[in-house]
Amino acid sequence: MLELMGLLLLFMIIAAIVAIETRDLLAAVISVTAVGFGVIIAFFYMRAPDVAIVPIVVEVLVLVILIRATLRVGLKTYIGNRDFFGLMVTMAMLFVIFLAAIRVFDQLPAFGVPVMTTMPDAPSNVYIADGLKQTGAANLVTAVLLDYRAYDTLGEATVLFASIMGAIAIIRKKARKKPSEPEVPEW
Amino acid sequence: MHYALCLMLFMVGLYGVLVKRNLIKIIISLIIMESAVNVFIVMVGYRKDGIAPIMNKAMEADAFVRSTVDPLPQALVLTAIVIGLGVTAMTVAIAMRLYERYGTYDIKEIRKLKG
Amino acid sequence: MVDDVVRPKGMSPIVKTVSMWVKGFILVFGIYIVLYGHLTPGGGFGGGVIIAMAFVLMTLCCGKHEALKRMPLGVAGEMDSVGALMFLVIALLGLSAGLGGTFFTNYIAKADPGTPFKLLSGGTILLSNIAIALKVATSLFLVFTLLVMLRVMYKDER
Repeated sequence: MLELMGLLLLFMIIAAIVAIETRDLLAAVISVTAVGFGVIIAFFYMRAPDVAIVPIVVEVLVLVILIRATLRVGLKTYIGNRDFFGLMVTMAMLFVIFLAAIRVFDQLPAFGVPVMTTMPDAPSNVYIADGLKQTGAANLVTAVLLDYRAYDTLGEATVLFASIMGAIAIIRKKARKKPSEPEVPEW
Repeated sequence: MHYALCLMLFMVGLYGVLVKRNLIKIIISLIIMESAVNVFIVMVGYRKDGIAPIMNKAMEADAFVRSTVDPLPQALVLTAIVIGLGVTAMTVAIAMRLYERYGTYDIKEIRKLKG
Repeated sequence: MVDDVVRPKGMSPIVKTVSMWVKGFILVFGIYIVLYGHLTPGGGFGGGVIIAMAFVLMTLCCGKHEALKRMPLGVAGEMDSVGALMFLVIALLGLSAGLGGTFFTNYIAKADPGTPFKLLSGGTILLSNIAIALKVATSLFLVFTLLVMLRVMYKDER
């Protein structure tokens, strides 16, 4: 039923509003995990099991990282917004963007009709029709990810590598020593 | 209507990034924006009462072709979720260093760039 | 004296015992999802994050020393690079003249297509799944340990 998807999105919107408006940081972090679980249920509902396995673990890791690395006892927090004029300008701009973007979504077919049925020469039609014969893989998402679109997976591996190296470089305690001293990487 | 709800989730995250003063709230709003975009991309490829794009031996080929959902957006979103974790880890590392340096998460204080 | 007592690390014994039993199953399940990625849902990414979760479970329940005994941070960094390099080598081998074709062709499937729905039918997809899983698992474990298991000094403690 399409109403289930609408209810899920409404739940996610309410959880997101709670996450950014509440004064308690711990409650905000837990609300973001609730948004993530809504996303996982939405993925399962939309017949995407490959995609749904990954955010389950990612949500747990993000939850533990956010709680452990940033929340301390006695943290001085400045919960508040910016000045009033900036707030009004931001709300007006967001409203205009929302109205303009709604017009764009009228060009898409309705929810429940994939784009590939409206275009006979879409690449997805080739992937579905010849996927098993050309690649030998029964899981079409893996075939798309690692054979038809393997370049994107290489790009993803590169971006993940770079972001993890960036996080490590920021969090290291000591900088690289001079060549004369012995190198001891201090994690 | 479902696309509009997805866009509203994205707008809630965007509001959080633009308006909030606490750095942790900004990181949380980035996570919400990224989740909204992922859900939207998979929603574009959904077929009503479809089946997952995984073939099995017992199914006829043309029945499968007529009733499967689109596999291409799922492949794109799969990489996007893992990259989102990498970006979150990097922003949290920056936030930890900023707290160590300035003692606060308030971006108005940090912006003054006290020596 | 009281100071001579060594405080036990980690959580209570029930949590530790159950986690010790369960982490082996999680690791094997993750490897299964990686290897059968071209036949059932999952693949390199899903299996990789599940393998990372096995190590993260050990970090959370028993303290970081137990997890770092089994996979030190230097080894995790090296295996991360090995995974990315393996993926690139598989891609570049498709470019070589003897196997014909362009960057990233599935040369094993073109040369000798096996029977569909069996384990060895995917060609380079199986090797790519293993490389991606290696990369994702060690990356996530590395960044989790570094962000969570370090102690950040406060500004007034210096």
